[in-house]
Amino acid sequence: MAAGCERSSSRETVLRFWAMGREGEVVAELLPEFERSHPGIRVKVQQLPWTAAHEKLLTAFAGDAAPDLCQLGNTWIPELAALNALEPLDRYAAASPIVDAPDYFAGIWDTNRVDGALFGVPWYVDTRLLFYRRDLLRQAGFAAPPTSWPEWKRMLAAIGQRAGADRFAILLPLNEFEPLLALALQQDEPLLREDGRWGNFEAAGFRRALTFYLEMFQRGWAPPLGSAAIANVWYEFGRGRFAFYISGPWNIGELRRRLPAPQQDSWMTAPLPGPHGPGASIAGGSSLVVFRSSPHKDAAWRLIEFLSQPSVQRRFHALTGDLPPRRTTWADSELSADVHARAFREQLERVKPAPKVPEWERIATDMRLVAERAVHGQLSVEEAARELDARTDRILEKRRWLLARRNAR
Amino acid sequence: MRTIGPAWCFVAPALLVIAAFFFLPVLAALALSLTDFDIYALADFRNLRLVGFRNYVQLLQTPLFWQAVGNTLYFVVVGVPLSIAVSFGAALLLHSRLVKFPAFFRTALFAPVVTTLVAVAVIWRYLFHPHYGWLNYALGRVGIPPIDWLGDPHWAMPAIIVFAVWKNFGYNMIILLAGLQSIPDQLYEAARIDGASRWRQLRHVTLPLLVPIVTMVSILTIAGYFQLFAEPYVMTQGGPLQSTLSVLYFMYEEGFKWWNLGSASAVAFVLFLFIFCVTAVPRWLARRESAA
Repeated sequence: MAAGCERSSSRETVLRFWAMGREGEVVAELLPEFERSHPGIRVKVQQLPWTAAHEKLLTAFAGDAAPDLCQLGNTWIPELAALNALEPLDRYAAASPIVDAPDYFAGIWDTNRVDGALFGVPWYVDTRLLFYRRDLLRQAGFAAPPTSWPEWKRMLAAIGQRAGADRFAILLPLNEFEPLLALALQQDEPLLREDGRWGNFEAAGFRRALTFYLEMFQRGWAPPLGSAAIANVWYEFGRGRFAFYISGPWNIGELRRRLPAPQQDSWMTAPLPGPHGPGASIAGGSSLVVFRSSPHKDAAWRLIEFLSQPSVQRRFHALTGDLPPRRTTWADSELSADVHARAFREQLERVKPAPKVPEWERIATDMRLVAERAVHGQLSVEEAARELDARTDRILEKRRWLLARRNAR
Repeated sequence: MRTIGPAWCFVAPALLVIAAFFFLPVLAALALSLTDFDIYALADFRNLRLVGFRNYVQLLQTPLFWQAVGNTLYFVVVGVPLSIAVSFGAALLLHSRLVKFPAFFRTALFAPVVTTLVAVAVIWRYLFHPHYGWLNYALGRVGIPPIDWLGDPHWAMPAIIVFAVWKNFGYNMIILLAGLQSIPDQLYEAARIDGASRWRQLRHVTLPLLVPIVTMVSILTIAGYFQLFAEPYVMTQGGPLQSTLSVLYFMYEEGFKWWNLGSASAVAFVLFLFIFCVTAVPRWLARRESAA
């Protein structure tokens, strides 16, 4: 067996490709075409479950067992870049006839740049926006979804009044940091300052976002619940327990599958309202990265190019429902006619990356925990912002030390 | 040169295995707890700093750690006596001649111990559900308004305790049952001839003879309950408002979610000291009892 592998590797390159969750299952269907058009390259896909992926990547890196290329959630890129595990791709991208940077949504492309270098190519995108019940809005006297916070507040208030004891205007699950993060990214001030050395949560921008977020709970528009307490979000959305829900593209498929046919006309998606008009949201999604340790970087780049072709991305979307990162892919596919995807297309022009420091995921988790305490009335907006800055500054202590040492050299 | 006794030759393999797989890792963890090992250090060893006892000092200044300690103590102080009381009650019932089909009930009551925690946690989450759960349905029948068991910070820990007691009481029940069965019948006969009521038989015959077993059971239960992790991990993820975050959960997040292995090792050692001190209490009580 081992001898067989060695013999084949002398003639052909075997690429080790790690992909996660559902993408890992279906990407294998695209690969025969790649292997046909690239004789001499064979791809071995290993599927990782999302929950174990982070740990697996770090241990693989520590044990010198990293794959040649890998699917990576784009918030993990700064961490693996800090580990010096990823190959910079600027050289490849600049020379590529296929990977055309300006064709990608700018906010999404930006998540792959850390300290000026490009470490990944977007594979599919993910952002958060409004899912809403058209019929409930219409009953409250609104023909169109909100485009700005003041408009949104009027609708929340009107629907909140009509809602009964067990009905709410909006669902903001307390176990998710994304709704608050999306509101915070709409502000002009960055969430971290001085190149990610310190927290910037006491700035006016974040306090404005947090005030609005808390107001939705204080006025009884949003229930102080996590999604575990809701159990079946789609069913509750269908029976009108809440009229707005901030969530991501996977719920298009879920709602189509789970809501009965008569309810299918009642829901729609809309871009996220901002403080003074259409607002930004989170630039999420997965990228394809090449490991620095890989001996087959050119072949790995060939595979990335193949998966980045609009025609392949269209097939990938048909298989997974994942939204493509290139405007060309959107333009001539069934996506352009999809009523529920349209809002995502618009939102993707207005997405911003979260701060690109390896510690971000931990900071975002603390942001959720502190906000949860504020929702329960244990902290005021000022206290919450101060607490969050204190925690963030402590988390970033090592980063400050490293940056100071690097600058001293 | 002194000859090495044959006894040493016999225990040497076991000692070597223990040294390699227990003492060495513990020493390594102790060394790790004096550094700030994290993902930066994983990237480049020069990013590792020796920080002495700073991890410990910072840990003791972290409010969340103390909240985790408080939650864990709450779980132990309420959960352990409750768990042992339920086990003891079940053992007494099974031991009494009132129960028909004792073998069936013994198996049925032991069943939760061998079920998969994750699977039954999902079922219990449904039982605890504020709208559709049986528990609130039953409470509603006697006029108690619904409780948001896993969503309300005041009720989440009691809910976890109920679940943990249900899951674990069968194990201690079997041990206590064995203890009850080993008490000779003559003692009860003698007590009855002396005119002792059932209560006094329990108080003066059963309990004193069970002291060694109860001591062992409580040490095991305390040590086990201090390591609360899987129940909140599956049921509440430490929430709401971190009211079900245990020390071990705190350590897990610090170590395997955030990769601060230095401070996670410090948590492990503090937890070890806690368990060591607390399990000394039943041993001390038992010794005092036997001395008296």
